[in-house]
Amino acid sequence: MSEFAGNGYLDMELLRFTTAGSVDDGKSTLIGRLLFDSKAVFQDQMEAIERASIQKGEEHVNLALLTDGLRAEREQGITIDVAYRYFATPKRKFIIADTPGHIQYTRNMVTGASTANLAIILVDARNGIMEQTCRHTFIATLLQIPHIVYCVNKMDLVDYKEERFLEIKKGLKNFSSKLDVKDVRFMPISALHGDNVVMRSKKMDWYDGPTLLYLLDNIHIASDHNLVDCRFPVQYVIRPQSKEHHDYRGYAGRIAGGIFKPGDKVMVLPSGFTSSIKAIDVFGGSIEEAFPPMSVTITLEDDIDISRGDMIVRENNMPQTGQDIDLMICWLSKQKLAERGKYTLRHTTKEVRCLVKEIKYKVDVNTLHRMEDDKGIGMNDIARISVRTTAPLFHDKYTRNRTTGSVILIDEATNETVGAGMIK
Amino acid sequence: MQSYNLTHLKELESESIFIIREVAAQFENPVLLFSGGKDSICCLHLAQKAFFPAKIPFPIMHIDTGHNFPETIKFRDEIVKDYQVRLIVRFVQESIDKGRVAEEKGFDASRIRLQTTTLLDAIEELQFDACIGGARRDEEKARAKERFFSHRDDFGQWDPKNQRPELWNLFNGRKRMGEHFRTFPISNWTEMDVWQYILCENIEMPSLYFSHKRKCIKRSGMILADFEHLPKREIEIPEEMTVRFRTIGDMTSTGAVESVANSMEDIIKEVAATRTTERGGRADDKRSETSMEDRKKEGYF
Repeated sequence: MSEFAGNGYLDMELLRFTTAGSVDDGKSTLIGRLLFDSKAVFQDQMEAIERASIQKGEEHVNLALLTDGLRAEREQGITIDVAYRYFATPKRKFIIADTPGHIQYTRNMVTGASTANLAIILVDARNGIMEQTCRHTFIATLLQIPHIVYCVNKMDLVDYKEERFLEIKKGLKNFSSKLDVKDVRFMPISALHGDNVVMRSKKMDWYDGPTLLYLLDNIHIASDHNLVDCRFPVQYVIRPQSKEHHDYRGYAGRIAGGIFKPGDKVMVLPSGFTSSIKAIDVFGGSIEEAFPPMSVTITLEDDIDISRGDMIVRENNMPQTGQDIDLMICWLSKQKLAERGKYTLRHTTKEVRCLVKEIKYKVDVNTLHRMEDDKGIGMNDIARISVRTTAPLFHDKYTRNRTTGSVILIDEATNETVGAGMIK
Repeated sequence: MQSYNLTHLKELESESIFIIREVAAQFENPVLLFSGGKDSICCLHLAQKAFFPAKIPFPIMHIDTGHNFPETIKFRDEIVKDYQVRLIVRFVQESIDKGRVAEEKGFDASRIRLQTTTLLDAIEELQFDACIGGARRDEEKARAKERFFSHRDDFGQWDPKNQRPELWNLFNGRKRMGEHFRTFPISNWTEMDVWQYILCENIEMPSLYFSHKRKCIKRSGMILADFEHLPKREIEIPEEMTVRFRTIGDMTSTGAVESVANSMEDIIKEVAATRTTERGGRADDKRSETSMEDRKKEGYF
């Protein structure tokens, strides 16, 4: 790991990925293997899980214990909640969202997927494609994760046979071709024994693709960000009201799309007033341009009344504006989605209320069929709905911009986050 | 050709600034919990960046166990002036005097667990609705399950099995009266990221992080700094050692490492080469397999 000691880290990139699979597909073991073989596991952590494995009378050191942190998880040998793990190579820092495969915890997969550049979907070589595999693929594509890597795991249990791998690959290709996937990869691995995870497998000569770590390190992270449509949701207004900065009025936020430069003509929504950018400030100075996902403070030439929830855009490239919004929604709560129900809706830095006007159809995540007669939307269901908001939203289609195209619904009685919506 | 990719440190910084601004926007009375350690110093630095050129719009609070390193207190008082923030201090000793908690006894007695009561009392007294903390997910396995915006019920308790899903950059800080949030802007940073950032940003650090000579004792594989409140067994005779600290907490439970690293660059090299976690030197985590989870459920940081 000594490579990190130099200045190499000054140009390292960040890759966020998520792992999904059915129960016992070996996700935690795979992550444990990645951390262990890339030497991100420390001696004291290793000793602790060795102790725990022996205590439980297990044959191998159980690498899953590295990620299963909660008491209930260790007792039941399952993963309950999204666990975040970190490791780095000299080229990249990785953030892993390890999401459980239990059907009742699918909401965690959506959570992990919402910020990921890449999804690893595990398939047990013995069982092949399961209902959960289809569900996870569908969610990954619905959330527009740019890269999907299918790891056919437990190859050791099918004698490392190429035929079995090809059979599963064919099935997966068939399924994913029905979906909007940009980049799909397939690889045969054994997380337990480390085949093709960090080291090449000696038992699968027939496979000439990269190992998983090599792929993670080198895959082109085709910028996930939209650099075309300028979108700046105002998050916070900075008014120092000090002698030195008496008239300073800056709009703080994170660039959600496009490239902003001083001098740019801009329009502020909802007021429609136009002005131009005076400066883009960061701590201790100004910068010449800002792009996603930078956090900056913008000052304008003119004094306009702007507050949190407003959006700064370019006049000739406007987002859609409206109160009637069509959503694909993933329902996250035990309490069913109520048609004609009222929820709080959060979109960028804006919070409004909304009324669910219509549940159009539910999606059968295994066949991808639309079920127009089934309006019972419960936890883990995915549905097409339309809502009307109390104030206009400045939005883009989710497929165009993951930041300005996403919303969450909040139950007003419990304050729970109950729905994750993608604008159609 | 201009590249529109941020480095990992810039991307992490941007994410943290976003979270801090979101806390200031969504809550009425936030506070930054300050321990004097590198992570809370990092948070304070990020808060300054988030609101520049305005001052940080919330105070910082230190829960003083009474067993702090004197260097920590001195550094804390200096940094408050540098960053022009208001400092609130609440003392574990006061909670003990009021009979809210009882001091642990024996050689391994520590005030770590007692801090929770002092903290929760302070949150109630001062009506804070959000505490910003420097906890990182890579530190400890229970913290790996933590959200950026983490809900606490009116007893200050954390329910890890029933957390709100957190999607995209949409944070739900809604709560009932009496409830509050713990928010963690540097959740996604690792120990290495923090040190690299401190080096890049040239942030001043307490002297404890750098190699120095100090009287220490060795106890079950740990090196503890000797001080007047440390109960010692007869065989535990303090000797002078060359050490530094990887984390800074209570003197009774923060282990030192033998080290000659006395510059930021040396520390980064040491962190890169080291084979134990930084909390490996924390006696408070060694009490049981799930001691952090248990403390967090009760309302610990």
